[in-house]
Amino acid sequence: MQLIFEKSREGISQSILPVCDVAKYQFAPQLQRQTAPRLPQVSENELSRHYSQLARRSFGVNSGFYPLGSCTMKYNPKIDEEMAALSGFTAIHPLQPPRTVQGCMQVLELTGKLLCEICGMDDMTFQPSAGAHGEFTGMMMIKAYHRLRGDLGRTKIIVPDSAHGTNPASAAMNGFSIVNVPSAADGCVDIEALKSVLGDDVAGLMLTNPNTMGLFDKNILQITRLVHDAGGLNYYDGANLNAIMGVVRPGDMGFDLIHLNLHKTFATPHGGGGPGSGPVGCKKFLADFLPAPVLYHTCCALDFAAPPQSIGKVRAFWGNFLVIVKALTYLLTLGGEGVKQAAQNAVLNANYFKSLLEDDYDLAVPGICMHEFVLSLERLKKETGVTALDIAKGLLDCGVHPPTIYFPLIVHEALMIEPTETESPETMDEAAVCFKKLYKLAYKDPASLHNSPQTTPIRRPDEVAAARNLRLRYRF
Amino acid sequence: MGNYLDATAADQKKMLDQIGVSSIDQLYSMVPEQLLVDKLVLPEGLSELEVRAAIEELAAKNLIFKNIFRGAGSYDHYIPAIVSQVTAKEEFVTAYTPYQAEISQGILQAIFEYQTMICELTGMDVANASAYDGASAAAEAAAMCRDKKRRCVCIAATCHPDTIETLKTYCFAADCELTIIPATDGLTDAAALSAVGEDTACLIVQQPNFYGLIEDASSLAEIIHQKGGKFVISCNPIALGILATPAEVGADIAVGEGQPLGMPLSFGGPYLGFMACKTSFARSLPGRIVGETTDANGNRAFVLTLQAREQHIKREKAASSICSNQALCALTAAVYLSAMGSGGLREAAEQSAAKAHYLAAQLCAIEGFNLVYGGEFFNEFAATTPVAADILLLKLEKEGILGGYPLDYHTILWCATEKNSKYDIDHLIAVIKKAVSRCS
Repeated sequence: MQLIFEKSREGISQSILPVCDVAKYQFAPQLQRQTAPRLPQVSENELSRHYSQLARRSFGVNSGFYPLGSCTMKYNPKIDEEMAALSGFTAIHPLQPPRTVQGCMQVLELTGKLLCEICGMDDMTFQPSAGAHGEFTGMMMIKAYHRLRGDLGRTKIIVPDSAHGTNPASAAMNGFSIVNVPSAADGCVDIEALKSVLGDDVAGLMLTNPNTMGLFDKNILQITRLVHDAGGLNYYDGANLNAIMGVVRPGDMGFDLIHLNLHKTFATPHGGGGPGSGPVGCKKFLADFLPAPVLYHTCCALDFAAPPQSIGKVRAFWGNFLVIVKALTYLLTLGGEGVKQAAQNAVLNANYFKSLLEDDYDLAVPGICMHEFVLSLERLKKETGVTALDIAKGLLDCGVHPPTIYFPLIVHEALMIEPTETESPETMDEAAVCFKKLYKLAYKDPASLHNSPQTTPIRRPDEVAAARNLRLRYRF
Repeated sequence: MGNYLDATAADQKKMLDQIGVSSIDQLYSMVPEQLLVDKLVLPEGLSELEVRAAIEELAAKNLIFKNIFRGAGSYDHYIPAIVSQVTAKEEFVTAYTPYQAEISQGILQAIFEYQTMICELTGMDVANASAYDGASAAAEAAAMCRDKKRRCVCIAATCHPDTIETLKTYCFAADCELTIIPATDGLTDAAALSAVGEDTACLIVQQPNFYGLIEDASSLAEIIHQKGGKFVISCNPIALGILATPAEVGADIAVGEGQPLGMPLSFGGPYLGFMACKTSFARSLPGRIVGETTDANGNRAFVLTLQAREQHIKREKAASSICSNQALCALTAAVYLSAMGSGGLREAAEQSAAKAHYLAAQLCAIEGFNLVYGGEFFNEFAATTPVAADILLLKLEKEGILGGYPLDYHTILWCATEKNSKYDIDHLIAVIKKAVSRCS
């Protein structure tokens, strides 16, 4: 398909701005750019069609089943979008006097209150713009906490080998060294391995529970107690909160701080890779370290102020505010009961879908799962040469978005599947038929899977060439 | 009240039977019993009609200003109608990061086109798919410049205060030093920059700076390069419609806040951090990058590339943990720039500058209002006020006008864009004159 630059025609322009009604200001030549940027010159009709064509070559939750493990691709309610588009929010300048933005501040306060209750936390910041940004913020709070106590020897963060890649990366951005702990055979934290790395050099533990294998770690209380006893803090990666919200709270499990992914659990859309929102919640004893500013009540209104030991700002202004409006709309719709039902049905759907597949495919770990489960295609690969990637590409021809592949890293040929609560049993039944068909095809005609997809806008791209011969912009 | 489930009670029963358990509670058998919460203290769910009323009530508690003369990092430019129409398309809104290239060509191509536009604006060779916002993009750029020998980051005092604060935070995390280069007459002090040490990794300068002034970027580039450090410019993308590009003044990395490119003010977010650099830096650029290649049939194809830099491959050795970025905001910027075209962007820039200079001239004709700095400015300027800033701004507020940003008791940072008509500016001036005469 043509790029917009290739559709550009000299002399085509749109009528958007009026004629300037004041005298032009002439900048000295040396202050001006030498050549004009080569932006597209297209009619509004052409522009509209171009993006309609691009939309047709994209796939969202609205296009079909999207069981992308760890990403919680649930339906994004339309009312949330409309509420975030209210001019009472979009037309508000971030530096208006507090008196004139009480509605925005109340959105932040109320959302924080609801989320703290769900997480079992006492305070929250909305400044982090995505999950990894939240992790970075939380890790910095742990660092600042130990520093203030003069406990300077705590330089290590423990991360299980099944963790998201953002966990070790966010900890390392804070100068921590990473201690990987292996998972036990049951997919949970190996308690003995954990004990062996705990000591007075440990700043904290990063954990997601349920973990990336889709299992709730039954030893969670023992794990968090061991870390606390060693003087460390427990950080909860909220990527998998969708399995447990309303059922069990990270704060009760012994976690001291947490980030949430509003763009996963709280139904705000992913936008093709953001904007997300990664609020960080914490227990009271850490609240003084939250990024600046936080909300506080004056006699009669809300205002911003920096907490006394604040780590500072992690971005400009107050966060991805409109995303927070969407999450609040969702929370008010669900209420206490709906939040719990969402989690329960996410778990129900995952177990149902798993039960449809487990006769053919091998589970990475057997038994009941939480909101997601992991298949290992190691045997299939050995017997047929068909890989996790091949099955993923085969699914594209079935109109199903493939699961997450090759993650978690501890499972060979992994397919990580998360249906979410908003899918019907019929949708999962149909998808299961596809999965089973591909499994059979792997034995009958593996070559056809190596050659899939066949029906998509492009065939498999040459990624090696892309990284070797860098073409990262259009060459005019 | 709602939960967006797509299963009846009968469906649920059927599913439980298929799984081989008798209740949903049984699925949570791994959870220690003492941890199960009885009931959270949350409000009852609401219908869509009730939720709408509740949220609209919150929105109505904010004051929408008819006329805005405040910038300071967030700019009220005109947004063409097509922008929100395109960016509301469900395939764009509800997609995840385009991991599966075969069914994500639309989003990948849109990002590739965005990257090209950012390169054209900044004069750089390579751009990423976005960072969280302008401030964090500057912090990510500093991380690109640091190495074992060069640990110290310099930032001009004339940058946006939030950018400086964000840099402080990121530098605390990385255990590296941050030096703030002071200003003289509102511009970065070249002599102070000349005094920095040999361990300096980079200098970050904002163009136009927080006070609206145009920095002598070429001279600053020369000094920091002599010191062996890199030059990072945080730029206003609308200004790049007319002003010299970061590449033309010798920058190694260009970053900035992309909000002016089609994003509403939105109480500060979501906005768009853009990042671009010279080819030699491409492999240390953080975040997603889309590249062009071919598919198995030899057709043009786009993919996420250079992934070996990123956290999901490199884990703790990755330079940044960024994963989700601001993709839909990048799309917004691309649609905005396509709608405006080169001529339209230039017009927006020229009109913003023209209105700001008209406003400055009218304002400074009033006794007691004077420009604080003598330098060239783009669409913002600091001016004194003979009446206390908060009192003056309150008078304007009563007329539905958001006046400039108060820098201190007697200084206000004013801003104008193409949206402020001559009529609006004249009205503003009339209100100010009245306020001054009443107060004196």
